[in-house]
Amino acid sequence: MGIAELVDGPLWYFSVAVFVVGVAWRLARIIVAPARTEFSAVSSHAAGGAAAVFSRFLPRREMRAASAYQYGWGYLFHVTLFILLLFGRVHVEFYEARIFGFSWVTMPDWLFLLVSELSFAALLMLLLYRAMEPVTRLLSTRGDYFGSILILLVMLSGCMAMDQTAEPLRVIHLFLAEVLLIWFPFGSLMHAFLFVPSRAYTGAWFGRRGIAA
Amino acid sequence: MNKVPETTSFEKGVDAMKAQIDARVVSYLSSCVRCGVCADACLFYTETEDPRYTPIYKTEPIRKVFEHEYSFWGKLGARLGLKRPLQESDLADWETLVYDGCSMCSRCSMVCPVGIDIAYVIRKVKEGLAAAGYCPDDLVHAAERAIQIGSPMGVTAATLRATLRAQEKECGLPIPLDVEEAEYLCLLSSGEIAGYPEFIGSLAKILDHAGVSWTLSSEYFEATNSGVQLGSTPLARQLVERIVDVAEKLGVKTVIMPECGHAYSTLRWDAPNMLGRALPFGVVHVLELLETLYADGRISIDAGTDARLTYHDPCNISRRGGVVDAPRRLLGALAPNFVEMREHGAMNWCCGGGGGVSANSRAEPLRRRVFAVKKRQLDELGADMLVTACSNCRNMLADGLEDHEMNTELIGLTELVAENLVSDEAGSVPPVNPSA
Ligand code: SF4
Ligand code: SF4
Repeated sequence: MGIAELVDGPLWYFSVAVFVVGVAWRLARIIVAPARTEFSAVSSHAAGGAAAVFSRFLPRREMRAASAYQYGWGYLFHVTLFILLLFGRVHVEFYEARIFGFSWVTMPDWLFLLVSELSFAALLMLLLYRAMEPVTRLLSTRGDYFGSILILLVMLSGCMAMDQTAEPLRVIHLFLAEVLLIWFPFGSLMHAFLFVPSRAYTGAWFGRRGIAA
Repeated sequence: MNKVPETTSFEKGVDAMKAQIDARVVSYLSSCVRCGVCADACLFYTETEDPRYTPIYKTEPIRKVFEHEYSFWGKLGARLGLKRPLQESDLADWETLVYDGCSMCSRCSMVCPVGIDIAYVIRKVKEGLAAAGYCPDDLVHAAERAIQIGSPMGVTAATLRATLRAQEKECGLPIPLDVEEAEYLCLLSSGEIAGYPEFIGSLAKILDHAGVSWTLSSEYFEATNSGVQLGSTPLARQLVERIVDVAEKLGVKTVIMPECGHAYSTLRWDAPNMLGRALPFGVVHVLELLETLYADGRISIDAGTDARLTYHDPCNISRRGGVVDAPRRLLGALAPNFVEMREHGAMNWCCGGGGGVSANSRAEPLRRRVFAVKKRQLDELGADMLVTACSNCRNMLADGLEDHEMNTELIGLTELVAENLVSDEAGSVPPVNPSA
């Protein structure tokens, strides 16, 4: 079996399996961890925790100026990433062939490249911030850098492989995407799922007291 | 009687932290993206710009325990020597970060984009540090006094009685003590008895005016909980049990928590979970009670002050307690020139002295430094009068005003209400004078 067959075949299935099982395992860890029963009497003006799952998509008024950099570049990166994954022609063709068996509307390739550049730039700005700001530099782990650099490489190889004439570039891109899928459940990329229980727990704790968190 | 932890025991600390890892902590510890947003919510970071005061960094010990004990990469990394597990020297380092550099105000918990309640996790770290004996001597001694004498400041029942006699003279009313079957039992903080006894006379005047049946207790009067400040649930539980015992013995329906922040949030929100059952009585903060009496028409208050006045929210009463509107309704009635600080209510800035910081003399220089944020808020408003509802905040604010030579008048809200009570027939009831 050549490298291309390996990447197209077994490694693809393996990476998807690691991703699915890994994510499920990490979510299960939260579900099976001991939960604490709440015995305090709920406030008469209590609110539920669910609101915080949504309200935290935006910074609080008091924090807007201080967190503008992280939110600004963070939003640009996340939104463009979703656009690329959901509406990129090559991606949709891949999903059709490999997963769903049907396709949907895609954006023109020139737009895909433009959005990719924006996404790449946004992630680069976040990575620079991580490496240069004293606070994030102190907090960040090797895994955080690895995850960001891996995504940058996936994007770079993806743009280079766009016209699909250079087969090795396509294989490299798919290979890197598979590494990313395998890495995903083990690092902080899991925030893509875990923001929901974290916000809900916090929202419920404050909501019980009548505070909108 | 439990002994306050004195001996250093690394394993005990690690075990205590392991025991704290519940579903919520797992979710929190697994979802941080290390974006640094929480730093700008914390006065210890904003006023020092030292990244070590970043809220989530204060949780590193429990993150390391979690990673080492429970995560695949953590275990593998430790085996291969790539990850350094928690060490005893870390506990010594984090003792100062957590006890001196965090007032447990929970402001950081309001801002994390992924929703981490960072203060919740810091509280878990304290549990480990306290179990390992890595906690400030001042807090350990305060907890010892609380357990042995019944007051972290060593205030005795005799001191309480003498204070009550003086307050009875001031307000001209008898102050009920150890009355069985009263509707309310009011607890006091030692700080109030020693520093702001006029709170007691003011409350007596208001409750007498409203015809409320209430009592104080000489057997156990302390509202504060040194176990919580220290981070030791076993000690905190013992102190809570004393309150439950005395309230049950007197047969009261509701316990009034005085002008003390953590005392309220502890009894109202944490105590039932420490005991594993609902409390056999209700718990109200004094401001909630005053607001209810006012709303029900049982007390009338005058718009008696035209000072430009603002309110400092004690974190444990507003953000961590949920009592945000009651003081504002009272102030709305009392003071036509009531103005809000830009960050207020659930996003107020802490006075810097919560979470045991005020009782920790080692932390004093840092605590005085971070007061700068409150000074900025006050300067922005140009208020003549600063009202609060926590004797600890009040001490911190008094220190800060003094340090910065600000002549803003400082007062407790209960006193302000008492000063502006309107009697049914004859205008305002005379004020209670602060005792010397
Ligand atoms: S704001 Fe939340 S996600 Fe960001 S570093 Fe702080 S705790 Fe982590
Ligand atoms: S609880 Fe308050 S003092 Fe402690 S880290 Fe959070 S913001 Fe800072």
